[in-house]
Amino acid sequence: MTSPHLWIAVLAGAALAAAPVCGAAAARPRTAAVYTVTIAAMKFGPTPAAIHVGDTVEWVNNDIFVHSATARDKSFDVELKPKARLRTTFHRAGTYPFACRYHPGMTGTLVVAK
Amino acid sequence: MFKAIGIAAAFSLAGSAAWAQAPNDAQIAHIAYTAGVVDVAAGKQALEKSHNKAVRGFAEEMVRDHTAVNDQALALVKKLGVTPQDNPTSQGLAKGGADKLRALGELKGAAFDKAYVANEVAYHKTVNGALSATLIPNAKNGELKSLLQTGLKLFQEHQAHAEHLAMTVK
Ligand SMILES: [Cu+2]
Repeated sequence: MTSPHLWIAVLAGAALAAAPVCGAAAARPRTAAVYTVTIAAMKFGPTPAAIHVGDTVEWVNNDIFVHSATARDKSFDVELKPKARLRTTFHRAGTYPFACRYHPGMTGTLVVAK
Repeated sequence: MFKAIGIAAAFSLAGSAAWAQAPNDAQIAHIAYTAGVVDVAAGKQALEKSHNKAVRGFAEEMVRDHTAVNDQALALVKKLGVTPQDNPTSQGLAKGGADKLRALGELKGAAFDKAYVANEVAYHKTVNGALSATLIPNAKNGELKSLLQTGLKLFQEHQAHAEHLAMTVK
C-alpha cells in the first residue's frame, strides 16, 4: 500500500460506522481515510487534495491561541483550544470554504468528492 | 475624539529618533510584552463595563489572545536567559494605556463601546506598525522574531476585527 496514511485501515470500521449515510451509496468498498489539517502560526496548513465522502479530517491546533474551523455554510464548527485535536467526518460531497471564527483572515477550503 | 495619541506618539518615537541604536532583544521583548499588557487591561475594563455582546466577545478575544502571546513571550525570555529591559517606549506605552483606561473609565454604555472599539483600531494599527517597522526587523533571536511575526499576524486579525466592529457599534 502506497498511501502515507497508515491508520486508514484501522480507522475505516469506526469511520464508516459513524457515517451510516455513506454505506448504502457505496458502489465499491473503499476505506475511509483520516487526513490531518494543522493550524500553526495563525494559518491553516494545506488541506487534503483527494478527500471523499466518509473521510475524516482531524484538525490539529498547534498554536497557542484558541481557533475554530467553521464552515461558511455552518455544516461544521469546531472550536479548537491550543493543542486540541478534533475530528470532522464528511457525509456529503461538496466544496466547503471555512474560516476561523475568531480570526476570519485564517481561511481554507475542503473539497469533498463522492 | 478618542484616538491612541499617547501610544502613537510613543511608538513613532520607537520608529526612529528615540533609538540612538536599534532596540536590543531584551528591550523588544519588554515593549511587546507591555503592548500586550495594555491591551489585556483595556479588554478587562471593557468586560467590566460593556453590555454589548459583540464588544464583549471582542474584548474576551483580546484578553485571551494577548495573554497567550505574553505567556509565550515570558516562557521564551526565561528559556533564553534574557531579562526584559524597561525603556522609554515601554514607559510611553504603559502611560498611554493608563491614561486611556482613565478616560474610557468615565464613559458609559454606547459611548464607552464606541470609544473602546475606536481605540482598539488605533492601538492595533500603531502596534502593528511598530512590529513591522521596528521590532521584528531588529529582533536578533530567531525564536523571538518568529513569536513577533505570529504576534503581528494575530494583531492584524484583531485590527480587522476591531475595524469591522467599529462599523457596527453605533
Ligand atoms: Cu483563529
